[in-house]
Amino acid sequence: MVVEPGPRLDNGDVDQARPLLELTGATVRFGADAAIDSVDFRMFPGEVHSLMGENGAGKSTLIKAITGVLPLNEGVLTLDGEELRLSNPVDAQRAGISTVYQEIELLPNVSVAENIALGREPRRLGMIDAKEMRRQASRVLHELGLDIDPASLLGSHSVAVQQLVAIARAISADLRVLVLDEPTSSLDVDEVAELFRVIRELKQRGVAILFVSHFLDQVYEICDRVTVLRDGKLVGEYLTRELLRIDLVHKMLGHKEAELKERNRPAASDIEDAEPLLSARGVTHAPRIRDANIDIYEGRVLGVAGLLGSGRTELARAVTGVDHLHTGVIVVSGAQQDFTSPRKALNKGIAYSSENRRTEGIVAELSVLENIVLAVQADRGIWHRMPPARQRELAQSWVEALGIRPADLDRPAGTLSGGNQQKVLLARLLALAPRLLVLDEPTRGIDIGAKVEIQNLVSELADNGLSVIFISAELEEVLRVSDRVAVLRDGRIVDTLDAADTTVDAVLALVARPSSDEEDEALT
Amino acid sequence: MTTLDTASVGQTNTLAYKYHAFMSRRASLMPTFAAIAILVLLFVGAEIFLRGDFITPRNISALLLDNAPLLVLAVGMTFVIITAGIDLSVGSVMAFTGIWLAKLLGDGVSAAIAIPLVLVGGALVGMLIGVLVQYFDVQPFIASLAGLFLARGLAYVVSLSSIKVENDAVLWLQSTRWSAGGWYITPTGIIALLVVVIGAFVMHFTRFGRTIYAIGGNEQSARLMGLNIARTKVAVYVISGVCAGLAGLLLTAYSGAGYPRNGIGTELDAIAAVVIGGTLLTGGRGYVLGSMVGVFVFGAINTVINFMGAEQSWTRIIVGLLLLLFIVVQRAIVARAERRG
Repeated sequence: MVVEPGPRLDNGDVDQARPLLELTGATVRFGADAAIDSVDFRMFPGEVHSLMGENGAGKSTLIKAITGVLPLNEGVLTLDGEELRLSNPVDAQRAGISTVYQEIELLPNVSVAENIALGREPRRLGMIDAKEMRRQASRVLHELGLDIDPASLLGSHSVAVQQLVAIARAISADLRVLVLDEPTSSLDVDEVAELFRVIRELKQRGVAILFVSHFLDQVYEICDRVTVLRDGKLVGEYLTRELLRIDLVHKMLGHKEAELKERNRPAASDIEDAEPLLSARGVTHAPRIRDANIDIYEGRVLGVAGLLGSGRTELARAVTGVDHLHTGVIVVSGAQQDFTSPRKALNKGIAYSSENRRTEGIVAELSVLENIVLAVQADRGIWHRMPPARQRELAQSWVEALGIRPADLDRPAGTLSGGNQQKVLLARLLALAPRLLVLDEPTRGIDIGAKVEIQNLVSELADNGLSVIFISAELEEVLRVSDRVAVLRDGRIVDTLDAADTTVDAVLALVARPSSDEEDEALT
Repeated sequence: MTTLDTASVGQTNTLAYKYHAFMSRRASLMPTFAAIAILVLLFVGAEIFLRGDFITPRNISALLLDNAPLLVLAVGMTFVIITAGIDLSVGSVMAFTGIWLAKLLGDGVSAAIAIPLVLVGGALVGMLIGVLVQYFDVQPFIASLAGLFLARGLAYVVSLSSIKVENDAVLWLQSTRWSAGGWYITPTGIIALLVVVIGAFVMHFTRFGRTIYAIGGNEQSARLMGLNIARTKVAVYVISGVCAGLAGLLLTAYSGAGYPRNGIGTELDAIAAVVIGGTLLTGGRGYVLGSMVGVFVFGAINTVINFMGAEQSWTRIIVGLLLLLFIVVQRAIVARAERRG
């Protein structure tokens, strides 16, 4: 079989091509535990490869092993047939393996051109040749179709542009393997499309790309090949086009099925009669949210759907007192409220969980126990310290109720997986016995198994009488969990639908409809 | 490829576009511009208040002469602060090197040996702090506080009282005045200006300088980019130490004597000048030339207070207020950047 080398590889033939990067029998241990256990992994030139698995499956460990962050305890890493021994990320970069991380690892305080060139700036007479540096940067940016001023500060650009600059940095060196670790988690639809265009372009050049994402849709859109890991072991390597989604999920989860509990949806007619727990009218926090009306009833889940930047977070922050209303009224149980701080909202039983789990939620250094009792203790005030035994009892009961793993109260919360951190946050808020829980993207960046658990948990809570506002970028999830769904577009609620009677496509149509259509409609 | 440059930069030539392009490139210059504006206001205000007696060649020349040691300290401090560090030792190191120099010269050591020796002394204190910060992971505040006590103690070990300098070479640095019209400059002033020029050059045109900014921006990222963090971080403290040693030389030349109690609190003046000059205490943003402006603002306030015959304590109050103002301005700039990000 003749295999054509060079940049343009037909993906049908890559199976026969020699892998560019190959990892055989890789084992990485932390103490006695193996994070990955004799895993084989290979990447082909001109191919996008995805690594799938739940949290704790060993994905990040494997990535760290091929990017030089962690050393291999056993096994061999080869690049183009030659064995590589990487002792740090710089070694990996020299060998042509670059990584673009989820949290962008660039410098906001220097120019775009410098971010691309740092460490290998063009020099003349020992001085940095700034002009040449900008020219080179401008060329690389142009290749990526990015029309920005290379002399501008990186920090003045959006996250998406910064991510593309990170890729520009990677390709401006001799790039052979590009690792994209959750690159799309903070991008909106257009930006993802832009990133995919760049990935396809790099594919054409014969770069081997590792694309790690929680979004199945994206994996199926862009990836040629999938390697599935579970509990640190290799499940298998598959061609994406030959693997059904449902099979992929099964392989990731193993024997445990992703069981979905159906909500006991109360009949819509019940809602008509009841008085809303919280009712917001004309909520405006310019320019991100305008004139929003919502009603939340006891024991119901109101979903909020919309794209990134549609105002979904701003809506949550406005009704929970985090941001001040510019105009609008909030009525709780019939009484008008003036929430000037989250504390006032909390006093009315309204708790908010931020979308930024790491920066506005979990205190990574504190233990699980301390994280859970944090809000209760704050509520009691420092003069009414909860006795340690009572604290432990309280935390223990929540750890059991929510299935937080590992069930170790004294472990620093930062060492838990994303899904379990989210549960700790939920426990903290639930310990306050709130009447309304506002969850902003509670399932972002956590694995599918944990997602399902959180969704089921929300349903159970609602069945027990708690009201929930559930915000998520994933429409399936919003529809599954909610009773009613408020659809946001450009800071306005365009419609509020019954979740049972609508479909993802219907919501998508609302979200994606350009505003001008609506005006046309109004005219006719 | 030049076409690309112009295509991406010069699409429109409207004023608004130019302003936008400038801000996206040089937003961090704004505090420095503010410092320049304040300096101008100070001069104009004093000129009006003192009825034309303030802006004279003699006064402005004296501003450089009087503040040469502070200027050199501020340059070294800028290097450290841009890496998001701090060096509290510089005032004491200046005193130590100053008195040690006076002692060496008094003992008959030639200036050609004594001056390099005290510079190495400053460098060693700086290196000690740098090694503590980099390899022992000590907070820069604490590490340089140790340096402060150490250097102050060494100064007292050298001598408890002041030592007069009679070495011609050192006195020449101060007493020589090259003048034109009413303007004059001393070798000490030239040394200070040279330090500024070299500092600015290193910061902007060498990999070492850009690495300093990179560390201040995000040390972890800089490490992942393959930059040499360890060497650079130790080096900035060494540079600050050498600058403090040089400031010791200038101060000893200026006052004609070494004195172990010199420079108590001067490190704070240097930090104030750097911050007023637009360098962010959180690192990553700032300019050596800005620090020079900061030193001149600091010096001009002193001069104005002197001229008005007011209490010297007013200098502290005004500098304190200015610092507050600048920190608030910087906070606003950073907050704006974060909102965008």
